[in-house]
Amino acid sequence: MSLKSLDPRITREELPDVPDNTPLKDIHHWNTFEVFHQSKTGGHHIHVGSLHAPNAEMALILAKEQYARRYNCVNLWVVKTSDILASKKEDEEIFETTPEKLYREASGYKVMEKINKFKNERKKG
Amino acid sequence: MYGGGYIFEESKNGHKEEIDPVKLERFESKIAAGEKIEPADWMPFEYRRQLIRMIEQHAHSEIIGALPEGTWITRAPGFRRKLALMAKVQDEVGHAQLLYSAAETLGKPREVMINDLISGKSKYSNVFNYPAVTWADTAIIAWLIDAGAIINQVANSKGSYGPYCRALERICIEESFHLKYGHDNVVFLATGTPVQRKMVQEALNRWWPPIMHFFGPSDKISVHTETLMKWKVKMASNDDMRQKFLDMYVPKIWELGLTIPDPKLKKNDETGKWEYTEPDWEEFKRVINGDGPCNKERLAVRRRAEEKGEWVRRALMKDKEKYTVPLS
Ligand SMILES: [Fe+2]
Ligand SMILES: [Fe+2]
Repeated sequence: MSLKSLDPRITREELPDVPDNTPLKDIHHWNTFEVFHQSKTGGHHIHVGSLHAPNAEMALILAKEQYARRYNCVNLWVVKTSDILASKKEDEEIFETTPEKLYREASGYKVMEKINKFKNERKKG
Repeated sequence: MYGGGYIFEESKNGHKEEIDPVKLERFESKIAAGEKIEPADWMPFEYRRQLIRMIEQHAHSEIIGALPEGTWITRAPGFRRKLALMAKVQDEVGHAQLLYSAAETLGKPREVMINDLISGKSKYSNVFNYPAVTWADTAIIAWLIDAGAIINQVANSKGSYGPYCRALERICIEESFHLKYGHDNVVFLATGTPVQRKMVQEALNRWWPPIMHFFGPSDKISVHTETLMKWKVKMASNDDMRQKFLDMYVPKIWELGLTIPDPKLKKNDETGKWEYTEPDWEEFKRVINGDGPCNKERLAVRRRAEEKGEWVRRALMKDKEKYTVPLS
């Protein structure tokens, strides 16, 4: 006996009427890609998520469907996940002193006080 | 879309996890400070296990949830509604993809999850084991089931696991279209001819019990739930979410002159809480364990789709390529 559905298309599929708990025979994994999205010209490409695809061309097609169905998008990148080298979590401390490097920043240089002091002294002198 | 009906498992007796107290303390203080946990961060085994389970169930609910509405695409009344319904169904399948990706970052490959769904090992939201009998059922689903899903998803998007939160943020934006679309359809029928009004009322009557089931039974207060709340895996109690839903949507249903098939339903002015007939949790259990009107059909349809697509996946497979866990 096959399954009777409210949807005639499903009834026509003649699906078995008993639950089938057998696992899938083969489990195929396509590779994963990371997707980057540029929402307007001039902006950065931003990572928006990942997907499965058999190759980069297909990944791009699927990325358009998955991440650019609505709202603005002018460009997409896909990168094979395995091609990304990320810094290690255990190495987080390599960034620790970064906020302290004031000598790299404009705000680390304050000269007005010295100039004003110098000017005042010259006036007096 | 998924409710609070998540089936969280009690810890397995056999599994005693050796937890490094320093790492645990760092992990918990991060969460307490509102920071997110990312895939490469240290996390307790139990956190990973419960998250995989929850995100996976959520993903299955999206993909199975597309089926009751999907059957109405060919019969949608009018071209605009057909386009809109196709867009909604595509969104739901897209939500499943986003969620599978988030769960994959925790170490369970997507195809293994799909296998567990098809072979009946994993659960999905109970509501999708009920049929969409008429077009009006699709309107009620898109409005009220999606409304419930939004309440749940907005709460979860403030959880602690980064990839899940990011997926939910994308999802919530699309859900707001589903909600508006569903409301529009219900309003159209409710303000239409007597036949249309009758149709939408009957659909509401059919869907009210599953809607009340949607957020799941009252949570048992246990150390287990407390830990899940502390780790921001579970974000709100099932009853709180149900109250929130009633607060937001009962007035909107009533203003259309529709009735809700529960004579006890009313807001208690003193407590500010809704009172209602206790949902039939025996039925909930029976249906979630396989004995609902559509369980067989949903899984059989999903299995057939998987089997029919198998040759395509195989033809495009590159044997030498190894699967990589997505980054985030
Ligand atoms: Fe959804
Ligand atoms: Fe939705």
